[in-house]
Amino acid sequence: MAHSSHGRPERSAPPEIFYSEQEARKYTSNSRMIEIQSHLSERAIELLRLPDDQPCFILDIGCGSGLSGECLTDQGHYWVGIDISQPMLDVAVEREIECDLILGDMGFGMPFKAGTFDGAISISALQWLCNADKKFHNPPKRLYQFFSTLYASLSRGARAIFQLYPENSAQLELITHQAMKAGFTGGLVIDFPNSTKAKKIFLCLFAGGASQQLPKGLGTETTIERKNQISFTEKRERVKQIRGSKNPKGSKNWILEKKERRRRQGKEVRADTKYTGRKRKPVF
Amino acid sequence: MKLLTHNMLTSKIIKGVQQGYPLGITATKVDVKEVDFNPDFVSRMIPKLDWPALCKAAEDVGHSAELPKEVVPEYETNEEFLKKAHHVLLQVEVIEGNLVCPESGRKFPVNNGIPNMLLNEDEV
Ligand SMILES: C[S@@+](CC[C@H](N)C(=O)[O-])C[C@H]1O[C@@H](n2cnc3c(N)ncnc32)[C@H](O)[C@@H]1O
Repeated sequence: MAHSSHGRPERSAPPEIFYSEQEARKYTSNSRMIEIQSHLSERAIELLRLPDDQPCFILDIGCGSGLSGECLTDQGHYWVGIDISQPMLDVAVEREIECDLILGDMGFGMPFKAGTFDGAISISALQWLCNADKKFHNPPKRLYQFFSTLYASLSRGARAIFQLYPENSAQLELITHQAMKAGFTGGLVIDFPNSTKAKKIFLCLFAGGASQQLPKGLGTETTIERKNQISFTEKRERVKQIRGSKNPKGSKNWILEKKERRRRQGKEVRADTKYTGRKRKPVF
Repeated sequence: MKLLTHNMLTSKIIKGVQQGYPLGITATKVDVKEVDFNPDFVSRMIPKLDWPALCKAAEDVGHSAELPKEVVPEYETNEEFLKKAHHVLLQVEVIEGNLVCPESGRKFPVNNGIPNMLLNEDEV
């Protein structure tokens, strides 16, 4: 959602009202919106780091009309979408999305049995949970109920990736705090932190299992990671985009690039040293 | 709603409900939609399923005739078994009806194939 140019929809009405039939249609037929949401979804799926060549079972939280979930289908995965707006879901049905849909409110919790999903994504939806749209809404409680039930519904070691538009750093802090309280580890991955336009925030959560390394943000040199607490103030440096460069295979730069790529996916990579990619002396 | 999703759904988000599983189904409209057969996916899902709950759900919607009552050994290589599971899990869909919480009797309506799991204020 283009938050910069349209103001914050979260401030205008509760989600089940804002995402009316009219808005659902407008949203889903806007080619720029489709492009943005697909782009964000693809990056989120990359950050999920699902096993290669295996069809997985994924939860899409705040799935809307299915723009995000379609990217999962494209990659051969099966998914269940949950959303609070019946009109958005009706548009998804109309578009013959290949998945299953549930009308539900994140803040009530995820209604699934333990260990159901291999991963979860949520694109441009989580910030809605910080609003108190009803008298009985208590955002910290709703966030905790959401994260704790989500944790249970994921298989051990699975990831949940949220692309979100927090209103301010206090909101982001509340969200991550409640996620950690519910048992998740992980942290924030920020793509292009120095660009007002391209900057995107991903909350990457790990549901138990072996300790995992936080993936790297695009266009950054450092990501922010704390086991229990997350701070949002670390300095980040600009780094040249490395994709598509033409270093000869096996050269030092080629190795550094490859390691960089793997770090971005959050894979275990040995630290770079002065020995990295150095010519070995022939052994006699 | 596919029966795969039904097999994963619970009503334990209702305050006071312990398991909320499996949800009963009363269907007034059931459809069969063609879905490509993916033996890898079906095999991967088998260990996650509650098979008796799947048999019961298939019975509730009138599609249990073909479904084996138990998971067969070495199902990964048993295409016939996987195809039957595929059919019941992914092709049979509840379009209209209700899901029923086994503990509280609370009904969750299914409209346009979408179960409504929204709660009231006093259920949270
Ligand atoms: C910007 S749309 C994104 C939809 C979809 N993920 C996409 O990428 O196109 C945000 C969605 O979040 C949903 N949403 C907002 N608050 C929600 C809540 N409390 N529970 C479930 N869904 C919610 C809205 O109904 C809306 O469909």
